[in-house]
Amino acid sequence: MLGRGKRAVLPQATPRSSGTTRDEQGLLVALRGGEEAAFASLVERYHGSLIRVALAYVSDRSVAEEVVQETWIGVLEGLDRFEGRSSLKTWIFSILTNKAKSRGVRESRHVSFSAIGDPGDDSNEPAVDPSRFVASGFWVDHWASPPHPWDEETPEKRFLTKEGGIYLEKAIQALPPHLRQVLVMRDVEGLGSKEVCGFLEISEANQRVLLHRARAKVRQALERYVNGEIPQP
Amino acid sequence: MTREDLKNQAIDYLAGKVTCKGFTEAVTDYLEGRQSFLLWLRFQMHLGLCLGCRTYLRQMRQTIYTLGRLPEEPVPPAVRDELLRRFRTWKSR
Ligand SMILES: [Zn+2]
Repeated sequence: MLGRGKRAVLPQATPRSSGTTRDEQGLLVALRGGEEAAFASLVERYHGSLIRVALAYVSDRSVAEEVVQETWIGVLEGLDRFEGRSSLKTWIFSILTNKAKSRGVRESRHVSFSAIGDPGDDSNEPAVDPSRFVASGFWVDHWASPPHPWDEETPEKRFLTKEGGIYLEKAIQALPPHLRQVLVMRDVEGLGSKEVCGFLEISEANQRVLLHRARAKVRQALERYVNGEIPQP
Repeated sequence: MTREDLKNQAIDYLAGKVTCKGFTEAVTDYLEGRQSFLLWLRFQMHLGLCLGCRTYLRQMRQTIYTLGRLPEEPVPPAVRDELLRRFRTWKSR
């Protein structure tokens, strides 16, 4: 299994913000030299991630697959011109997001980012249900019903099982498009904050708002799952 | 005003008025390190006293951790073969 270059537990700005990594430079040389194994390993490494990000843009599975196919062709066409100013990974994802965006526009399913703040995006929705805080008095806005701690093994034991994974994937797909795009790129695929802002053409502040809403919704979904409020298969 | 009063006033100022609701709305800024030092300090002080917010923060971290470990679907063999075929065509360009 090839690693996907996932980040550590804590979300932080990626330390390597630009330029290809050593590992990628070797891969680039091999690719340009026509080594099939190098391309095969690139496909192994990124195909699933590309499908996932494409699905954050276009909801139709077959359209997402086409977009990824076009992306790989774009990668081959651009390989000789790629200058290594960004990482290879960033470059591949920039090709994907461009293709996914234009495809989304063609299918008029892509919502422009000027629509941020529309009710559809829930940007103004609180992170936590207001009824969980004290409504008035000295302790106003402090927890009335605080979250119950999950035990340390919960992520592996509950969410990273087959059932838990399916539930979590559904929770992600249920997010409004912009929240989903930011969350998938930042937290699932581990792309950096700067890169993601570039792909989505939004400010960092805007991105943080979207990321925050998205994470809050997913945490809430996981909480319901742990508490058994969701019929578990 | 006694020394003790002054000390308490200083602590009140530093601690600010952090509410649990406020913390849950700012937890991403906190995690991304996008806060002033004073605000960060206020959150630290709040977290020290508030089990609910410590739990919320912990769950946010567990959520992010889990998202980063979702398994990726494997490349279907047919797709892989087609892509490698394209690579060979590109190679003989
Ligand atoms: Zn609190």
